[in-house]
Amino acid sequence: MKIKAILLAALFSAPLFVSGLAAAAESGVALDRAPIDTHDVASLQRGARTFVNYCLNCHSANYMRYNRLQELGLTETQIRDNLIFDDRKVGDLMKVALDPKDAKQFFGGTPPDLTLIARSRASHAGTGSDWLYTYLRTFYRDPSRPTGWNNLVYPNVGMPHVLWELQGIQVLKDKKVQAAGYVKTEHELAVGQPGTMSQVEYDRMVADLVNYMTYMSEPVRNTRTSVGMIVLLVLSLLFVLVYLLKKEFWKDVH
Amino acid sequence: MAAKQKEPVTGAGPFNGVLTWVDARFPLMSLWREHLAEYYAPKNFNFWYFFGSLALVVLVIQILTGIFLVMHYKPSAADAFASVEYIMRDVPWGWFIRYMHSTGASAFFIVVYLHMLRGLMYGSYRAPRELIWIFGMVIYLMLMAEAFFGYLLPWGQMSFWGAQVIVNLFDALPVIGPDLSLWIRGDYVVSDATLNRFFAFHVIAIPLALVGLVAAHIMALHEVGSNNPDGVDIKKNLDANGRPVDGIPFHPYYTVKDMVGLVVFLAVFSLIVFFMPEFGGYFLEYNNFIPADPLKTPSHIAPVWYFTPYYSILRATTEQFMYVLALAVIAMGVLVWKTSTTARAKLAALVITAGLVGAFFVIDAKVWGVAFMGGAVIVFFFLPWLDRGAVRSIRYRGTLYKTALWTFVVNFLVLGYFGTQPVTNYGTAISQFCTLVYFAFFALMPWYTRMDKTKPEPARVTM
Amino acid sequence: MSEQRPDEAKRRFLVTATGVAGGVAAGAVAVPFVSSMLPSERAKAAGAPVEVDLSTLEPGQKITVEWRGKPVWVVRRTPEMLERVKAADDLVADPGSKRSLQPQYAQNEFRSAKPEYLVLVGICTHLGCSPVDRLAAQSESFAADWKGGFYCPCHGSLFDLAGRVYKNKPAPDNLVVPPYKFLSDTKLLIGDDSKGA
Repeated sequence: MKIKAILLAALFSAPLFVSGLAAAAESGVALDRAPIDTHDVASLQRGARTFVNYCLNCHSANYMRYNRLQELGLTETQIRDNLIFDDRKVGDLMKVALDPKDAKQFFGGTPPDLTLIARSRASHAGTGSDWLYTYLRTFYRDPSRPTGWNNLVYPNVGMPHVLWELQGIQVLKDKKVQAAGYVKTEHELAVGQPGTMSQVEYDRMVADLVNYMTYMSEPVRNTRTSVGMIVLLVLSLLFVLVYLLKKEFWKDVH
Repeated sequence: MAAKQKEPVTGAGPFNGVLTWVDARFPLMSLWREHLAEYYAPKNFNFWYFFGSLALVVLVIQILTGIFLVMHYKPSAADAFASVEYIMRDVPWGWFIRYMHSTGASAFFIVVYLHMLRGLMYGSYRAPRELIWIFGMVIYLMLMAEAFFGYLLPWGQMSFWGAQVIVNLFDALPVIGPDLSLWIRGDYVVSDATLNRFFAFHVIAIPLALVGLVAAHIMALHEVGSNNPDGVDIKKNLDANGRPVDGIPFHPYYTVKDMVGLVVFLAVFSLIVFFMPEFGGYFLEYNNFIPADPLKTPSHIAPVWYFTPYYSILRATTEQFMYVLALAVIAMGVLVWKTSTTARAKLAALVITAGLVGAFFVIDAKVWGVAFMGGAVIVFFFLPWLDRGAVRSIRYRGTLYKTALWTFVVNFLVLGYFGTQPVTNYGTAISQFCTLVYFAFFALMPWYTRMDKTKPEPARVTM
Repeated sequence: MSEQRPDEAKRRFLVTATGVAGGVAAGAVAVPFVSSMLPSERAKAAGAPVEVDLSTLEPGQKITVEWRGKPVWVVRRTPEMLERVKAADDLVADPGSKRSLQPQYAQNEFRSAKPEYLVLVGICTHLGCSPVDRLAAQSESFAADWKGGFYCPCHGSLFDLAGRVYKNKPAPDNLVVPPYKFLSDTKLLIGDDSKGA
């Protein structure tokens, strides 16, 4: 009787298992895993430097306060001297230098705020950090675009390759590959003109930058997990006590 | 009639005096006895019986965290998104309060769905507990409204577009539709006006209603007494003192047991709050980390996970599906006609079937989508009268009912899954099939519960 | 029910232990909620110390800056003004600033770290109005032999050129001196008097 019920239920629920197969097939470019370590303070400091030098010109980080960077081991003076380039105070938010009206004219739209970008770009394909790490390394020369640049992860993006002098100029070499009964186009990037950094150096720099942006999207992350450990520890202790208490009182019940 | 002289309070140590004073002026001790120390609950409560008290705990968590969030949140289109990040970054421990509130919202639905499943398994909605079930269903509706209004408040892309889509559903209603949506929104599109009123509903109107309804729900329960996993009535077997032989006082036995349930729940809750508050994008959706942009629709809008089964039903109701539904209604009509005994019932079956089938093709499928989505929730209200089984609890039901229930549960989960996915032909077909199964569970219940070969219920509870 | 008598001692112990542990945990959970009401980073940033450039301040002049939402006066006193402070010693209620609020480096004859610069919070210690300047030594409607200082128009309190309140006036205390330090001869930082960078 019970087996019959289970079998019939399984029959009616067959779609659930079949549908699992369908989900895997839909995906764009595969994302590389970003080597994130928000405990690596040196990496975060380097990333912060790259960020304020290359990104804050056009993008804002409107929810990030400069003085929060003290968490990365910097003093207020170091922050003010190395990371702030105008007369804003160390307690101010990282607002953009660029006027939105100019942005519209130069790029056709306002570059998005970057404070939360490492969280908002997450998807089933990977974390937001993975997306950023892959995005910043897959720009290639494309004369058909207004900026002269295109990107594998974000096709027809309005952003130029700000870091091109460091990475060098990549070009797209598409390959047609046979795969499972149909012809697939495989994207391949090759460095046409080298930049000031080697590929390894550039990848490291982007890793630091994305590490910083991951930190910036949720600065409290490290604290959150440490507090979590303590909370779970306390709850385990409480569990032992309430369990013993319950068992003792329930001796009365038969 | 002279007031009965009350006994002084004993057993509270140094507090005896104060409590006696209060008890002379307030039904303190009688409430304590009636609802805790002398509320006799069946002794065989199992795992499924934790979720009622847990639902109460989550309500308290949401209200407490909600109060502290409102101290810093700004309910205007210009400031809302920034104020949430202000809470996350600048307010001491603000991130903790925010994550508890977002996790609590999803936890509320997990707990409530499991609580309702318990009701389905053990026949807790059966007489004389129909009113408890009705209060519970109204609480469920209020909870869905509370979650819907609350979700607009962070003013992210998902908040905005989710609200836009759902409010536009009301547009589909014939005649009154467009004016109704305009009235709900307070504007031509979801805007600052909408945000402000949703804030009022979310922060005070619905929480007040919820607290009142929960009180009514518990009072109705205590009036009749709790059901149990065996579905047997413990009040049938009383001892010399008039107390149920299979009953134990709620306090201390269930207060102490519910504490264990609470600690385990808090551990799971904390695991999520501290280690995975986004929960794969299901508890905090990725798109909501982008401020609302009325000019840019996200490529993939889906409601939060707890609404997805109903969203599936909405999307499944296409023009073509109306034909299938018409056939299903005709089949039901035939069944009712064949099994009804009076001429009046047969006539009613004929008229309703004909009327419905006609209406299916006269009124837009879009409207029917909304109707079926709403109907999928409303149909739960009728359970106490649809279930004609000889026994309450699944433990003594036959294969027919057990298959129906477990199919329904799996079906609900499948509908939920497809609600999270973008529309595909394949997904729509599955959702349509599942919509039929969903309504069949309720529509055919009077027949299969009567045909079901049940086992005899025991006289006493089994531990 | 059980045939054996319940172990009351064990139950009492477990109830107490769980009660204490639960109470401590509940107290710990209360901390974040209570803390969330403390000044946020935004409030602290807005209340951050203010830098004042003294190079453009002439002797005998006064400027006003805002710090934590309050007016702060900086007066560059001339030697003649400092003499008038001494002359008011017998006219003020608390000449030694014993009951008034000021940092330890301002509890002296001239109520300042450097006699040349007077730094005061420009809010009357009576009911919070902002007194007006009457820096010159001349006959006034409220005092025939006025030695210079500040006059509060709300209820008539008078303060000398060191911010000390005159006798028999509604204000109970001398004007508050905020924490401050000199970053250089021409730069003053109001709101911070810590040593070091």
